[in-house]
Amino acid sequence: MTVDAMGRAPAVEEPPAALPWDGGEPGDAGAMLAAYERMALIRAFEEAVQRLFLSGEVHGTTHLCNGEEAIPVGVASALAPGDQLAATYRGHGHALALGVEPAGLLAELMGRASGTCGGRAGSMNVIDLEHGLLGCFGIVGGTLAAATGAALGLRDAGGVAVACFGEGAANQAYFAECLNFARVLELPVLFVCENNLYGEYTPWEQVTAGGDVAARARVLDVPARRVDGNDVRVVREAACEAVARARAGGGPGFLECVTYRHVGHSRSDPARYRPPGELEAWRERDPLDRARAHLRDGLGLSEDEVAAAGARAEQQVEQAVAAAQAAPFPEPEAVEEYGDGVG
Amino acid sequence: MESVELRAAIRDGIAEEMARDETVLLFGEDVALAGGVFKVTEGLRERFGPARVFDTPISELALAGAAFGSAVTGRRPLIEIMFGDFMALPMDALVNQAAKCRYLSGGRATAPLVVRTAVGAGGRFGAIHSQNPGTWLHGVPGLKVVCPSSPDDAKALIRAAIRDPDPVVFLEHKRLYSLRGPVGDEVPRLAVPGLARVARAGADVTIVSVMKGVRDALAAAELLASEGIDAEVLDLRALRPLDVPAVVDSVARTNRLLAVEEGPQTGGWAAGLVGAVAAAALDQLDDAAIVATDPTPIPFSPPLEDAFLPGPERIAAAVRERLGAVVA
Repeated sequence: MTVDAMGRAPAVEEPPAALPWDGGEPGDAGAMLAAYERMALIRAFEEAVQRLFLSGEVHGTTHLCNGEEAIPVGVASALAPGDQLAATYRGHGHALALGVEPAGLLAELMGRASGTCGGRAGSMNVIDLEHGLLGCFGIVGGTLAAATGAALGLRDAGGVAVACFGEGAANQAYFAECLNFARVLELPVLFVCENNLYGEYTPWEQVTAGGDVAARARVLDVPARRVDGNDVRVVREAACEAVARARAGGGPGFLECVTYRHVGHSRSDPARYRPPGELEAWRERDPLDRARAHLRDGLGLSEDEVAAAGARAEQQVEQAVAAAQAAPFPEPEAVEEYGDGVG
Repeated sequence: MESVELRAAIRDGIAEEMARDETVLLFGEDVALAGGVFKVTEGLRERFGPARVFDTPISELALAGAAFGSAVTGRRPLIEIMFGDFMALPMDALVNQAAKCRYLSGGRATAPLVVRTAVGAGGRFGAIHSQNPGTWLHGVPGLKVVCPSSPDDAKALIRAAIRDPDPVVFLEHKRLYSLRGPVGDEVPRLAVPGLARVARAGADVTIVSVMKGVRDALAAAELLASEGIDAEVLDLRALRPLDVPAVVDSVARTNRLLAVEEGPQTGGWAAGLVGAVAAAALDQLDDAAIVATDPTPIPFSPPLEDAFLPGPERIAAAVRERLGAVVA
């Protein structure tokens, strides 16, 4: 990676010669365009969430994933119906990548009755099993255990579970416990570390001994790769390999996807801790730009075809915003619904 | 009816549910090959095979998370956290993941898991192998906390816990594992009213407790009977849901309430119960009191641990004192 000059991003492996959607197979252009459109949907959605937060319509806090879109889209593209993925509090992109309805997801963030969870969950805790979203978890590292358990539950049916987490989770008890647990029980789970170089506000290298998250997995005999998390094709290739191995009974896999969030940790974070020039350098590696370039230069699509996909994504978000804004809030009487009724 | 040990009653209940429902899994530290440190799960691996009964690493957080994840995806996991004190470790998976998923998902996800754990003092195990974590958990919406006092209840409640659609913590008092008694076929619904049970009918005072406290209260009632005091003993059988209506019913007859808790009064279930009964039926109450432990960690030395614990003598003395105060 060119930004290695800053000394902050760990070096990633060279991508294999053949990547998905490289034009070698019929339908490659369509699949790559669909992946791009999904990433564009996530970007447009996050931008809408930010606007709606500033206008007071999205409540509480938000954790946006601008810049990291290639990871959820690449990983989700490797999954099959019935698989489950656990996402973090930075989970809007994962939900959308899995096919959760944008209008329902946005309504959830706005506390509306039509939200994915009826407005009970909010931005950080969305659950949608039907679309393969095991849940979004507000505690750093929680996804590792939830997905490890889901792998146990899905194994006999040939299913696979995925845990997504930031590099900060590498320092939680969950990390060591679950990687070991999944290895000794040979569970079909893929651990996806989204290393965006900051644990909340703190540079990851200041608080992560050894400087290599993937190496911690290898110590436990979990096959691990560190890849460019800003290239959806690279993420897809690596995820497909690990998912196929897990599904065939080969046990857990581990991906460290190096990436960067274009925004602060949460809505209250202006990200002043970044060195000058870092964000600009990473914008040069924007996963959407790189996908567009491949669609045009590698797959021969016209500028208009690519732009149309982006426009469709933006239109979908506009419709979601309108639908969510028009949706009613829950009735206060619904507060006890789905509770356990114990005083 | 055949008399069985409480540990065997739990084992029989688990075996019946595993035979009845193939989605039930049993895993934890030393539960499979060793049959559990308290020998509760002995023989289950042989009977149901290593795919359904297996040992795990000593990783309470991963263990509870694995229970949550497998429960949400269609299994009914039954895990063992060896000692109740170790429940400090898996709290995130239980409290933030399992307990909340039904509500947060609007009923679209549920986590039907059971956590068995050995609790209670009196065995000279010291401060960190003797606690009762029920009070860490009984205020968590979405969790149930059940706690048998007899072999019959142990079998009934473990079967009910496994069938329950939501997460259940099942407390097993270590001093009761060898208690023998008859066992029936009841499988109660873990809901109130109807969960608590009158262990001994009486007219003068209602003594409420759970687990070992019920045995101690029954022994105290025998001491008091010889003095002409007729105590009712009510076994709550669960800390959440707490069967307040059953206590109110009993107090309507006796007008006096004594709650016995193996743990400190502050933040305990007994304080909450007395408050709830007062709020519901103050006009029925002539007296309400709590026998609890000192607010200290559980001491090791036998004379210290004995002094720390409520026992039949302390319970009987409390009844005499409160009745005496009323009479005087």
